[in-house]
Amino acid sequence: MGMVQDIVSWILLTGGGFFVLVGGIGVLRMPNLYTRMHAASVTDTLGAVLVLGGIMVQAGLSLAAIKLAAILLFLLITSPTSSYALAHSALLAGIQPDAGRGADPEDHP
Amino acid sequence: MQLLGIYHYWVFAVLLMIGFYAVVAKVNLVKKLIGLSIFQAAVFLLYITMSKVSGGTAPIFSESAAGQLFSNPLPQVLILTAIVVGISTTALGLGIVVRIKERYGTIEEHEIQEIDRR
Amino acid sequence: MTVLFGIFLLTLVVITALGIVHTKNLFVAVMLLGIFSLLIAANFFLLDAADVALTEAAVGAGISTVLFLGALALTSERERAATPHRWLSLAVVVSATLVVLYATFDKPTFGDPNAPVHQHVGPWYLEKTPEYVDIPNVVTAVLGTFRGYDTLGEVFVVFTAGIGVLFLLSGGGPASPTERRARPAESAIGLRDDLIPRVVARLLVPFILLFGLYVQFHGEYGPGGGFQAGALIAAAFILYALVEGEGRTLEALPRKALMALTVAGALLYGGVGLAGIVLGSEFLDYSVLASNPVKGQQIGIILIELGVGMTVTGVLLSIFHAFAAREQT
Repeated sequence: MGMVQDIVSWILLTGGGFFVLVGGIGVLRMPNLYTRMHAASVTDTLGAVLVLGGIMVQAGLSLAAIKLAAILLFLLITSPTSSYALAHSALLAGIQPDAGRGADPEDHP
Repeated sequence: MQLLGIYHYWVFAVLLMIGFYAVVAKVNLVKKLIGLSIFQAAVFLLYITMSKVSGGTAPIFSESAAGQLFSNPLPQVLILTAIVVGISTTALGLGIVVRIKERYGTIEEHEIQEIDRR
Repeated sequence: MTVLFGIFLLTLVVITALGIVHTKNLFVAVMLLGIFSLLIAANFFLLDAADVALTEAAVGAGISTVLFLGALALTSERERAATPHRWLSLAVVVSATLVVLYATFDKPTFGDPNAPVHQHVGPWYLEKTPEYVDIPNVVTAVLGTFRGYDTLGEVFVVFTAGIGVLFLLSGGGPASPTERRARPAESAIGLRDDLIPRVVARLLVPFILLFGLYVQFHGEYGPGGGFQAGALIAAAFILYALVEGEGRTLEALPRKALMALTVAGALLYGGVGLAGIVLGSEFLDYSVLASNPVKGQQIGIILIELGVGMTVTGVLLSIFHAFAAREQT
């Protein structure tokens, strides 16, 4: 049981770390504010779920696991909301969602 | 462990001087206050680094931690007080900066001194 | 492995600090200061200081960011001038850094149990807490009982800062009172037209308040206590004010109630101290508050933590309202 627990949490933690890395690379390489936030939200959702899931498997069935589940729930509610608030205020401030070089030529007269 | 210890102390020195540079060299008053916050955080880091005991854990008794080594609680108490006093000072400083802006129209130090000289 | 993690976090802290000092946009500097505080809090947690990490995260990354943003809204957002005498300051700072780095070689070895700081008083607290106070969290015991006088002074410092900010900023602003009355009250509408943050914030505020109360009353059993709880409860009200507007928050918790909360907290703490004198012992001696001295100490700690929490909540919220209500030039 200990071995299976360890292997499962290893897989979850490595997967979570990979998605956090992908999110970080995306924030650095994306051209526009909106595409960067899109990449950063991968860290918030998939990265958080996998990392916290890995730690929960390690904690077993205990009070710590319930606390971690509560943390995961609050993280999943608040992170996308703050991403939305950021994108909305960026739109209100006038930053246009420009698709960049791959844009459709008919949209640009 | 030796490397980590030396690294902690060196980061303390570097952060202290970064904060000090911001306080001394920058002319914007809000930037000076931000530099002061960095300076305070460096001092907190020094104290908490000194309170750590190898193989110790947080100084909270529990049944699972009987007979275990604990880290020193005394610097933690001092820093707890220091953090709250730091935020109080920052809040008061920001209030003064807002009033200076209203009275002088600027928060750049050399412009304020220029206006005062006239 | 912990060594690698520690080194990584500390390097991030230094890079963030360099970014803060370098940037010319003050908004960016304040956001980076929030990240800096959160990284320092993670470092404190790695160094076994759980209480301090919670306080730094709540106060430094939460309340401090809001106060700086409030001040930035009333002043300018960009840092305009170049630094005069830049090379002189840099030379002084670099030489001072080298002196401090030279001094670090004499510092005690990291984690050494025989370092001077771990002799005499520290082990005495760890040894005598189960005997005199009998609560699991030694930091709360030291803060509340053994060093209770310092904590009383700290509560009064927070109180004084609140009074000071109210003196400075509660006049209402540079506009004259007649102008202000003529202008309709359109102040601080908040995010009324933004549905998603409003719904989520209103969903979260009761949970934040609940967590604040949990931290207040579990300060003796785990990391927590009055300061962290005060910051958390203030943060809940600040979140409400950010989405619903300052007017409705003042209807929920009016300024007089905040002032009463602040004063009552400080008086409660002082009162518990005086109760020690009235019941025949010294100032701030809690062991006379009940028939069993250990129970008396526990009752005393609960009461003073309550006082601390009330004062910190009242002061932080008063300061926030003072900044938010100030008329912008």
